[in-house]
Amino acid sequence: MKTKLTGMSLLLLAFAPGVGLAARAWLLPSQTVLARSGGWVTVDAAMADDLFSFNQGALPLDALVVTGPDGQPVAGQNIAKGKTRSSVDLELRQPGTYRIAVADDMVMARWEEAGKPKRWRGAPAEMATGIPAAAEKLELQQMQRRVETFVSVGAPTELKGNGTGLELVSTTHPNDLYAGETTKFRFLLDGKPAQDLAVEIIAGGTRYRDAPNGMQLKSDKDGVVSVKWPAAGLYWVDASVEDEHATVPKVKKRRASYNATFEVLTQ
Amino acid sequence: MIGKFRSALGTCVMGASLALGAASVSAAELELNVEIPTLPVAEYHRPYVAIWIEGADQTIAANLAVWYQTRGDHTKWLPDLRQWWRRGGRDLKVPVDGLTGATRPVGQHILKFDAASGPLARLAPGKYELVVEAVREVGGREAVRIPFEWPVKGAKQGAARGTKELGAVALKLNP
Repeated sequence: MKTKLTGMSLLLLAFAPGVGLAARAWLLPSQTVLARSGGWVTVDAAMADDLFSFNQGALPLDALVVTGPDGQPVAGQNIAKGKTRSSVDLELRQPGTYRIAVADDMVMARWEEAGKPKRWRGAPAEMATGIPAAAEKLELQQMQRRVETFVSVGAPTELKGNGTGLELVSTTHPNDLYAGETTKFRFLLDGKPAQDLAVEIIAGGTRYRDAPNGMQLKSDKDGVVSVKWPAAGLYWVDASVEDEHATVPKVKKRRASYNATFEVLTQ
Repeated sequence: MIGKFRSALGTCVMGASLALGAASVSAAELELNVEIPTLPVAEYHRPYVAIWIEGADQTIAANLAVWYQTRGDHTKWLPDLRQWWRRGGRDLKVPVDGLTGATRPVGQHILKFDAASGPLARLAPGKYELVVEAVREVGGREAVRIPFEWPVKGAKQGAARGTKELGAVALKLNP
């Protein structure tokens, strides 16, 4: 799944969080709650600051990982890469919760070669071939990224993390959110509670109001963040950590980011 | 049981035995009158309706009725009964005999439930709310609630009125 990215995707990734000039990355599911198995959902993927309008660039689906209720991968169908968004159809064959994610774990390198700046981005396993041994002023950073959303057929089922990077696990289920109610989300970093994590939550439809009106939240010692939903609609969750706990050999700096799209329903 | 009682007491206490018999035969009952209103709209579809008894913990204590489009396969719209769906509709495998049925036309619909049988038989004593939720294709959604206590101690009545998708809803509790 962690194939090399090309063209437009590389260009967009160059402006990915951490470099500044970040376009927000998000997934947009056609629906989040389905009555029965055997149906389909379509998920659009884009990088655009306006939530949730595809007016900047597509989010590539090379690193798409869909996990079914049984923990097994679900293959995407009709994967399309457009100019403004990517798209994938998913057949939901069993009841329970599907985790739909674009998640990757890459290394970014900058160095100088004969006085000229160079940069490289790739999978940790390709570092040896991508970065010259004699690179001067070499700077390395691990980039763990997760952009996801959730869809449930019938009753939602428990979400488990996989212990890498920044993740969200069930407290209140992300497919069980209602206007006026308070939700608790639990964030994990490398499988442990992500303490004092700054989390921003922004309602969709940013083009139709003058201010982003983001909710600024902070996790407690158990990595738990509480949010009271002001209204029904789609919301985008943004959190990231920069530290020196890279999990790739020879790399010290690490950035782990988390983005999710949630649907809040009417009361 | 009644017959045995009567024969043991003989004909001289016939009146008393009849009264006793009547008390045990006509057990407590919950009666509902749900109005589906006439709506002045160009495109009308009968609403999906869920009627249930909700406990203080907001879970479904008893499902009383679920009306949806049963001709063809239209169960995919059941989650639009949002509250019913989240409170327990999603755990139910429809159709359910005696619970689910076809959508109903505009008018008054009377439903009666015996306290000793069916969905009310397992209802523990406590405070409850009767909830009626309706959702209509290309229309709106509405839910009304009537609080009551169980078991029924004396004859009680409750009422609520929807503003759009539901008309008058009346609850009658007979001991």
